[in-house]
Amino acid sequence: MDYTDKVMENFQNPKHVGELSDANGVGQVGSPACGDIMKIFLKIDDDGIIQDASFKTFGCGAAIASSSMATDMIIGMNIEEAAKLKNSEVVEALGGLPNEKIHCSVLAAEAIQAAIDDYKKGATA
Amino acid sequence: MKRIYLDHAATTPIDPQVYEVMTKILAEEYGNPSSIYSEGRSVKKYVETAREQIAKAINADIREIYFTGSGSEADNWAIKGIAMKNRAKGKHIITTQIEHHAILHTCEYLEKDGFEVTYLPVDEFGLISLDDLKAAIRKDTILVSIMFANNEIGTIEPIKEIGEIVKEKGVIFHTDAVQAFGNVPIDVKDLNVDLLSISAHKIYGPKGMGALFIRKGVLIDNLIHGGAQERKKRAGTENTAGIAAFGKAAELAVINLEENSKHLQTLRDMLIEGVMAKIPQVRLNGHPTKRLPGNVSFCFDYIEGESILLSLDLAGIAASSGSACTSGSLDPSHVLLAIGLPAGVAHGSLRLTIGKHTSQEDIEYVIEQLVVIIERLRKMSPIDVNCPIDDAVFEDAGHHH
Repeated sequence: MDYTDKVMENFQNPKHVGELSDANGVGQVGSPACGDIMKIFLKIDDDGIIQDASFKTFGCGAAIASSSMATDMIIGMNIEEAAKLKNSEVVEALGGLPNEKIHCSVLAAEAIQAAIDDYKKGATA
Repeated sequence: MKRIYLDHAATTPIDPQVYEVMTKILAEEYGNPSSIYSEGRSVKKYVETAREQIAKAINADIREIYFTGSGSEADNWAIKGIAMKNRAKGKHIITTQIEHHAILHTCEYLEKDGFEVTYLPVDEFGLISLDDLKAAIRKDTILVSIMFANNEIGTIEPIKEIGEIVKEKGVIFHTDAVQAFGNVPIDVKDLNVDLLSISAHKIYGPKGMGALFIRKGVLIDNLIHGGAQERKKRAGTENTAGIAAFGKAAELAVINLEENSKHLQTLRDMLIEGVMAKIPQVRLNGHPTKRLPGNVSFCFDYIEGESILLSLDLAGIAASSGSACTSGSLDPSHVLLAIGLPAGVAHGSLRLTIGKHTSQEDIEYVIEQLVVIIERLRKMSPIDVNCPIDDAVFEDAGHHH
């Protein structure tokens, strides 16, 4: 598997691993059959700004690196901006992903959207 | 960093004695063995010596050994050649669900051409049932192809018993012995095998060399058409250096078989026991005793195989996995699914295959590293004993299919 240095760096020393105990938005996407499950935790303040983010991922090197990069990218964003994060932006930040691993970056973007949806459900409830 | 190579089922490093033979032919023997002049006759001797070495290694006659370009070619030839030769007699073939893709994809190809294939299931250890086999043989069955030993989980099939059943029914029996050759004793006379595939690079020989044993009297169509090489059965100017090297590798494999397999088995059992004792939630795939001496196959719950491989690689260890992420497809290994593992568990597989140069220190280091790697990856995983994989919630997974 040809991974970029950036991917390997994020796989070896991933940022934001684990659960946020005070998360108010949690999203999980993926499928065990396909070998990827991604769970994203968000701490969103009253102004809709993502104060902190973390992840837990079952998956390959690309899935773990995508989780690390994506969580790092959205910290400090407001949720409208973060919901629009494109998987291609994650891929670009990682210096590229092999073709068959692009879906890992899609999963990261979807997990963030799911976590934001979860927050919105809670916020309006 | 010191590298520890534990993927001998994928390929093996070339033996120095094999290298010596191979480079000598490359450097000094450029003749074509089909030529009648001195250069041709000279190199032909090496080809025939190799044929003798390989025949001896499996107790065959020298006229029963045909060189091919790979183990896959030998498998393709055996299946397609027997199928085409016997298609007027019948169009039914029996094989197993856990064969190498060289067999499975060849059978699928024949299915498109009107052949019918029965894929025998296996039990949790990867063994076929002899009763299933007996029940599957029909009047129009022309070929049974069952692998000697499985490449992923190392399970050794009851080849002698299979050979007896198949012979009694008058059906042709092929076995893919690519993984078994050089690791377990093989005697084609004792086993009642009609065709047997082997490969050089799994026994410390060069890549791009295989051979098919075809029992005398077994009629088969050619796969490669052209010149009169290999007793008019396999065209193409001989890979003289590769053939000579294969012969040497086979000779060495047989001379050292007992000693090597004992060495492999000791280290194999040490690795299995060490990992099972130090890491929770792990299962051994394959049969506990009826397995190749150098094969270890685990599934670690809650984590995925490719991330284990990458972590091992960073620690200097080369291994392999049946995870989808390492195969370029979305499906985990067909072998792990056939022994009944759920897809989610099969993704966490790790295969370590030991070789003759592996040491006890290597195994100790691997166990030590695995403990750290598995724990680290599990900490990162959203699934654990309290949230098992099958209960996990999945949204938006549709893009995968």
